[in-house]
Amino acid sequence: MQLTLTREQQLELYYFMRLNRALEERLDRLARQGKIVGGLYSSLGQEAISVGSAYALEPGDWIAPMVRNIGSLLVRGYSAREIFTQNMGRANSPTNARDNASHLGDLSVRHVVSPISMLGDLIPVMTGVAMGARFLGQKRVAMTWIGDGGSSTGAFHEGLNFAAVQRAPLVLVLENNQWAYSTPVARQVPLRDLADRARAYGVPGAIVDGNDVLAVYRAAKQAVDQARAGHGPVLIEAKTMRMRGHAQHDPAEYVPKKMMEYWKARDPIARYERALTVGKLWSAADKKQIDARIERELDEAVEFAESSPLPGAKEAGEIESGVYCEGCHEIAPEWQRAKEELLPPKSAVAARWVVNDFGAFEEHAPRDIVMQTAAPKAAAKRAPARRTAHAKVTKSSKARKARG
Amino acid sequence: MAQTTYLEAIRQALDEEMARDPSVVLLGEDIGVYGGAFGATQGLLARYGWERVVDTPISETAIVGAAIGMSYTGLRPVAEMQFMDFIACCFEQLANFAAKSHYRWGAPVPIVVRGPSGGGVHAGPFHSANPEMYFVHTPGLKVVCPATAYDAKGLLKSAIRDNNPVLFFEHKFLYRRVKEDLPAEDYSVPLGQAAVRRAGRDLTIVSYAAMVQASLEAAASLADDGIEAEVLDLRTLVPLDRETILASVRKTNKLLVVHEDTRTGGMAGEIAALVCSEAFDDLDGPIVRVTAPDAPVPSAPALEEGFLPNAAGIADAARRLAQA
Repeated sequence: MQLTLTREQQLELYYFMRLNRALEERLDRLARQGKIVGGLYSSLGQEAISVGSAYALEPGDWIAPMVRNIGSLLVRGYSAREIFTQNMGRANSPTNARDNASHLGDLSVRHVVSPISMLGDLIPVMTGVAMGARFLGQKRVAMTWIGDGGSSTGAFHEGLNFAAVQRAPLVLVLENNQWAYSTPVARQVPLRDLADRARAYGVPGAIVDGNDVLAVYRAAKQAVDQARAGHGPVLIEAKTMRMRGHAQHDPAEYVPKKMMEYWKARDPIARYERALTVGKLWSAADKKQIDARIERELDEAVEFAESSPLPGAKEAGEIESGVYCEGCHEIAPEWQRAKEELLPPKSAVAARWVVNDFGAFEEHAPRDIVMQTAAPKAAAKRAPARRTAHAKVTKSSKARKARG
Repeated sequence: MAQTTYLEAIRQALDEEMARDPSVVLLGEDIGVYGGAFGATQGLLARYGWERVVDTPISETAIVGAAIGMSYTGLRPVAEMQFMDFIACCFEQLANFAAKSHYRWGAPVPIVVRGPSGGGVHAGPFHSANPEMYFVHTPGLKVVCPATAYDAKGLLKSAIRDNNPVLFFEHKFLYRRVKEDLPAEDYSVPLGQAAVRRAGRDLTIVSYAAMVQASLEAAASLADDGIEAEVLDLRTLVPLDRETILASVRKTNKLLVVHEDTRTGGMAGEIAALVCSEAFDDLDGPIVRVTAPDAPVPSAPALEEGFLPNAAGIADAARRLAQA
């Protein structure tokens, strides 16, 4: 497992974190000038999580960002131009100004699923993405993020449970930033470690210092490799702090000052800069060069966005266009396995459960049920027994209802 | 050849689409080994295997969420709700995720969510509802309500081949009660085309799902009294075939709308508004609704009988309208 990064990669981590922060500083300024459409949700202090986790993915993997994951979008190839036009509601934005914030996506090239504002709903969806990719024979991992607050939603639990039962290649990064809007984590979850949520679903739950980008990267890389190898989903709790209010309008006066000071001293970018210096991985000139490059890129991107047109007034008929897909998209899955495996006679199975331990609690037999992979008798000659990568599933309630 | 039931027509549509296209996968509770609570997926696991027929936890949000995610990879998942009443559990995934996806960021969601709806089998308030109107009111979703075995098969095929999220409301009262000879060859019924089930000149009865059968029964009894009712079967509520409705009203000049769903906010109100704005001058009488009352579906047979519209009630309303 490749857990060490080259010097270039380590500098690239710095570049993305600094870009993430500098870009959001620009957004903040634009918002004060009244140029942002919709809410602005700062990821100040959480850049190491967005960047470090997304950096562990391979080309072709899928992500679904949340609003505080601009860093992940940047790592996965989104440009500052796209982020600015999107947040400024310009006609040429990735959503043509139909949505705002980080609610953008790209199915065909960058494999980014657009989030919705309701928390937790990405988890079952990304479980499906992971299952779909596996079904097509692709070795792809799906990654998404959730907050401490969002981990109380039903969708979080239904999604993680289903991912676990399906052993779907899903990595779920839980950013515990201590606050769900104004509500502290202790008022939301009766757990010290939210990673313990994973135990309820038989899923590994890792805890990582979310303000240490290398630690986040290593944890994410292990999780991604494990998911890709077919061992099922992993939950990573990254402990961090939301250094601003819930959104731009919120001064977050409910946060104790000392708590803010505590976390300010653990700023992920300042820490990483020190680490690079101590490790002799860069010089002051390197930092200056990267920072200057970022400022140039942002100057150019802001200028591009500011000179981009706002959408004009539209008739109702134009507003309605695009609600439905009527021939505008061709849907063609990217098969990386033989379709014949999924069609009769090859796909034929004996449709019955075999319950190894009869469900008795005192038994020490393996608590797996086995999905029959042998073909039914009628088709046996044509279709030999087939072993699939996930022929075993964790026992579910269905097993207790099994009839055969 | 034995006639094919509405339920078997659905099973055949799933089977034939799965055989035609390996990207069609099924997700749902008890759909695999058990073959579905009503048997709509009987035998499909044995034919297509564990990867294409996925038994899920009791977890509608996970079922529909995963179907959406699978569709993003290019697959065409068909999710079963064991009863359509349970679709309330995954309202969020449908109304906020699936419905808005293509509009917001150009990502089509080619999924079908299908299952049994409707009353008439004394199944009580949570196994009898007609929840279609929540979704008719949600732009981005299509809503299909077949009334015949032929349509159940042909519309389901169109729904699976459609690039949008389609909610397919089967009517459980019809599952084994309606049957007909189906063509041996592949066919589909396009979404958005109403069918004239019976031609007539005196009034138009617009309906869908099980109430089409009741309306036809009513039309037969009206004919005995010399009243010729035209019966339209909407087939799909979204898209709605406005032209066929308007053309019929322009011919008969009277409109009765019948549905099993409850009255307030039901499809009849929408159709009445359409006809009033587009064909007001053609009307020779009030637009009349025959619907269920604004109540949950009660359980006991006598109570449910009082709740559900029936052929006699439709015929009474039609007679009064014809004479108006």
